[in-house]
Amino acid sequence: MRKAITGHKAVAEAMRQIEPDVVAVYPITPQSEIAEYYAEYVHNGLVRTELVPVESEHSALSACVGAAAAGGRVMTATSSQGLALMVEVLYIAAGLRLPIVMALANRSLSAPINIHCDHSDAYLARDSGAVQIFAENAQEAYDYTIMAQRIAEDMRVRLPVIVNLDGFTLTHTVQPVDLLEDEVVKKFVGEFKPYSPLLDVDHPVTWGPFAMPDYYFELKRAQQAGMEAAPGVFLSVQREFSQISGRRYLGFFEAYRLEDAEYALVVLGSTAGTAKVAVDELRARGMKVGLLKPWLWRPFPAKEVGEALAHVKAVAVLDRAFSFGTMGALFADVASALYPLEKRPILANYIYGLGGRDTTVPELVHVFEELPKIKKTEWALRYIGLRE
Amino acid sequence: MAGLKGWRELPLGGVVTGGTAKELQKTGGWRAERPIWHEEKCIQCLQCWLHCPDDSVLIKGGKVVGFDYEHCKGCGVCAAICPKDAIEMVPERGGECARP
Ligand code: SF4
Ligand code: SF4
Repeated sequence: MRKAITGHKAVAEAMRQIEPDVVAVYPITPQSEIAEYYAEYVHNGLVRTELVPVESEHSALSACVGAAAAGGRVMTATSSQGLALMVEVLYIAAGLRLPIVMALANRSLSAPINIHCDHSDAYLARDSGAVQIFAENAQEAYDYTIMAQRIAEDMRVRLPVIVNLDGFTLTHTVQPVDLLEDEVVKKFVGEFKPYSPLLDVDHPVTWGPFAMPDYYFELKRAQQAGMEAAPGVFLSVQREFSQISGRRYLGFFEAYRLEDAEYALVVLGSTAGTAKVAVDELRARGMKVGLLKPWLWRPFPAKEVGEALAHVKAVAVLDRAFSFGTMGALFADVASALYPLEKRPILANYIYGLGGRDTTVPELVHVFEELPKIKKTEWALRYIGLRE
Repeated sequence: MAGLKGWRELPLGGVVTGGTAKELQKTGGWRAERPIWHEEKCIQCLQCWLHCPDDSVLIKGGKVVGFDYEHCKGCGVCAAICPKDAIEMVPERGGECARP
């Protein structure tokens, strides 16, 4: 069923259809409406979820950890400072292998305080052990929220999954979204199978025991195995989802007009939509350009990204956050992915869109036009739309 | 580190037997004081077993029989809760080694 709804509503609808046992959430712009919609569903009896209105995001994710260890299917949502407050607990959720699914309405981190989009919040959680997926539009946010549940809960993975959607650009704009029938979603996500639930009092267990130098390392290695299993599970969940939805999700990233491209752009989230328009404009003028838009950012599909970009002359990697003191995080990922290749494209790293700064089609066209002039990869940042 | 498990053998997320971290940690090494059980004073109320945070009060046939000193960390909870003063906390190694 096609509806004109915001990204918020799309995520909230996916959550309604999944109907987790527990949602613990604290309001923060631009995420709040996800929580508000969900509270309305709970109030109106559309879902039987236990909604826990907590006093902070640290408590929100702590409640999620407790509920997930108790044996429940658990979801939450946040943004920016909210995620910053959650990060301590996010590492715990990942270490305990708890399949908590979280919508992250991307917003810049303070200071200066700002409520608009960039990816500094997602980057903050980069090494937390959570799987991270980026959506380009409300449709993808809806679809990946549903897929995330299956990826998180797969016994080979059992990790928190974050579905990133750009704050305001995606959360607050009304877009056409094809919603699946409730029964189809319920069947797809299936019944939640708890692992060693605390509430199974006949089989008492300890969650979160101490592990000293003789076991900490091995437990973290086992956690890395969960991450290593995630790409395979991601692909098989995508395949199954493509079948039930009729939408095409094939691979870790979308390669847009990339096959014969000489110049390419790599970008996460909604700016990929803008980049497609820039690609089409330049293609109409005869310039062979393309786009690589990662859906799966953590774990990073390095081998596949390397193969997809190997033939390109030069690649602009766009980061919507600083990784202060070094190159952008996505740039570092792409550079590492290309390193093993004998013939590598030239790379350039652009920082763009911080604090909600708009990035326009002409600006991205300009990046493509600049690429052929760049003669070698340099350890230097470039900027889009920044006043000198 | 002979005798320790490899990473593939560990339980998912480090979830272990209830009331203890036994599979991962020999907490007995931390003990500065050792609980000594005086059977003659004991009325088998099981309060010590119930309160031990590390599942180190040994039970046989529903009755206290002693302590698991590999895991008892010497916290003294059992001695504090015992209504009959049947558990005595005695310094390890004559009290010489309370701190490393
Ligand atoms: S001192 Fe008593 S309560 Fe504390 S760990 Fe040892 S047996 Fe358990
Ligand atoms: S608490 Fe004291 S009296 Fe009760 S079972 Fe334990 S040792 Fe015996």
